[in-house]
Amino acid sequence: MPMQVPWLIFLLPFLSFLMIGLVLRPFLPRYPRLAGYVTIGAVGISCALSFWVLGAVISSPGHMLPVDDIRWAVVGNLEMHIGVMVDSLTAVMVVVVTFISLMVQIYSQGYMKGDPGYMRYYAFMSLFTACMLGLVLANNILFMFVFWEGVGLGSYLLIGFWFHKPSAANAAKKAFIVTRFGDLGFLAAILILFATTGTFDTGEIYKLVAAGTLTGTTLTWVAIGIFAGACGKSAQFPLHVWLPDAMEGPTPVSALIHAATMVAAGVFLVARFYPIFSHSPEAMLVVAVIGAFTAIFAASIGFVMNDIKRVLAYSTISQLGYMMLGLGVGGVAIGIFHLFNHAFFKALLFLGAGSVNHSSGTFDMRLMGGLRKSMPWTYITFVIGSLSLAGIWPLAGFWSKDEILMNAFSNNPTLFVLALITVFMTAFYMFRAVFMTFHGEYKGGAPSEHGDHDEHPQGPHESPAVMVVPLVILAVMAVCSGWINVTGFFNGLFEGDVEGAVHKIGFLEGFFGTLTHPLPLASLLIALAGIFLAFAIYIKKWISAEKITNAVRPLYTLLSHKYYMDDLYENVIVKTFLYNGLFKLFAMFDTSVVDGTVNGTASAASSAGSALKKLQNGQTQVYAFTIALGVVAIAVVVYLFG
Amino acid sequence: MLTVGLTHFLILSAILFAIGLFGVITQRNVIKVIMCLEIMLNAVNIALIAFSQSVAPVSLTGQIFAIFVMVVAAAEVAVGIAIIFSIYRNHESIDMEKFNILKW
Repeated sequence: MPMQVPWLIFLLPFLSFLMIGLVLRPFLPRYPRLAGYVTIGAVGISCALSFWVLGAVISSPGHMLPVDDIRWAVVGNLEMHIGVMVDSLTAVMVVVVTFISLMVQIYSQGYMKGDPGYMRYYAFMSLFTACMLGLVLANNILFMFVFWEGVGLGSYLLIGFWFHKPSAANAAKKAFIVTRFGDLGFLAAILILFATTGTFDTGEIYKLVAAGTLTGTTLTWVAIGIFAGACGKSAQFPLHVWLPDAMEGPTPVSALIHAATMVAAGVFLVARFYPIFSHSPEAMLVVAVIGAFTAIFAASIGFVMNDIKRVLAYSTISQLGYMMLGLGVGGVAIGIFHLFNHAFFKALLFLGAGSVNHSSGTFDMRLMGGLRKSMPWTYITFVIGSLSLAGIWPLAGFWSKDEILMNAFSNNPTLFVLALITVFMTAFYMFRAVFMTFHGEYKGGAPSEHGDHDEHPQGPHESPAVMVVPLVILAVMAVCSGWINVTGFFNGLFEGDVEGAVHKIGFLEGFFGTLTHPLPLASLLIALAGIFLAFAIYIKKWISAEKITNAVRPLYTLLSHKYYMDDLYENVIVKTFLYNGLFKLFAMFDTSVVDGTVNGTASAASSAGSALKKLQNGQTQVYAFTIALGVVAIAVVVYLFG
Repeated sequence: MLTVGLTHFLILSAILFAIGLFGVITQRNVIKVIMCLEIMLNAVNIALIAFSQSVAPVSLTGQIFAIFVMVVAAAEVAVGIAIIFSIYRNHESIDMEKFNILKW
């Protein structure tokens, strides 16, 4: 494989961004679809190259391809390089990112059709994809940080894509600011790393950790700092509040950025610096505990949301918690395997929700219902995605969730129980969404939120082929992507030895054998129980949803207010503590001390002047006398001391 | 026998200078002030010539310089008297203490 290939994967989407923004700009008002074609072309080639890279990595010894660095800048005796790192983690990530991005770009042609910002949308999408690829390819932590902020920028621009809506503009700001708290930790970790090791290079850091140069408290703090950054991007508790609001962006954006790629960047970051984490048991415990807690915490909020995208958003937070748990109790392969599967089925679910929105004009599930008749393709693919997410054998979600549960069971029984409860909750809220959206009677929908759709037929209808085809492709992946590890192949890829990459057991043996073990069987039954409960409540109405709601009214209120986390942040911390407390104090300090110093200096000069001006009395003889006295004084001084 | 040397000239010069300075500072009449100013200038002239005599007896530089000072002093007096006339026309006074409008 030529060395330029990994570079091209990153450069093509970036080039597409520049093309749309700078070269094609004059033609776009007349041919807006050009922007979409350029982006799809660039991402498509990137995707093909990514598969090439993945193939090369699988067949190379140690699953690592050497790629030369480019020297970027020399500051004193510090040499900064830019380079790409091609190992199994990178290869898997670029495939996920480019593949999902390609599907989403194709889908967006239908979803964004007629939007006045069509070309701007594609320009931002290209920029985001480029930054995301830069992040996963970068071989030093400094450039990872640059692209880390780059994807944050892309996310900001795309959440606020319909910036004329105040809610979207606010959500964009919120996403940017909340993640910034995590980035502070990441930046601190980079600085500590550089101060102790003097290098930004990921490979060097691996070596230093392995050699034991970087140990103890420093290592733990670096790990915690990196994890703080990951928490912000991956919307882990307590920095999860931005992700549900980010649903204000166009739905394909939610699918690409807030389900499959950018939010997974936090998981990727922890995986990338896994050697640091694995040398610090405390940091591993923090990752696992935060992950497991977030998983169950977000799933419980998903119970009561009525907006289909918000259900999916909380589901994403919950699943990202699962990945963190997988990293914390298992290893890189466990967490990334779930990331890999999750990317497909969650992107599928979001695109499905977008398709539903395209047809019914709303995201509120209470206004939908009965859509399975009018949108069969969307219905089938959405159910496949939900089954996969719920962890039903033999779909993709089952395999990765199963591994996380297995590792949690052997490592930490408490976290295992939390994860198992989450399985039940996940199955329940997903099928609650499915039944509310697609079953029962159609309840009318609502006028399209983003308007300006030309040739928009009335009533529910199936989406155009450009939207359905990506759904079907992703549905196939949501079924099959988990099978890659049935034989232990995926885990072997991450263990780094050539022998590991081969199939450990036969495919059929692994495929059916898993059902003979008690643990996978238990999790499967629990998931089925969750689906059955949703079925009982929302289809058969054996149990009335209102009665349950009324029976646990305080709990329901707590959940529908998202545990009052937003109120805590906005009212207690920001308004009471910061605005009326700390910032008031700062304001007082500013008016009294800072302004006081400045004004005091001025008035001191002024009063000194008005006192001294009395000396200027206009009497020439007094001046002369003063001069004479001065001369005498100088003479005396010179005589005495000179 | 008492010889008159440099020291004596300098003492004379200092005394004259002090008298002139005293006059400049204390007198209220502008004319008197100008006269005292002339005394100070001439005190300086005496010092100049005395130094010239004792440091470089052959050269006339110091003495010529004294002549220059006298010329300039004459010009200065002419200008000074003109200014005083002008002030007198406006103020009807030659009292120094009344010339105090140049102040805050």
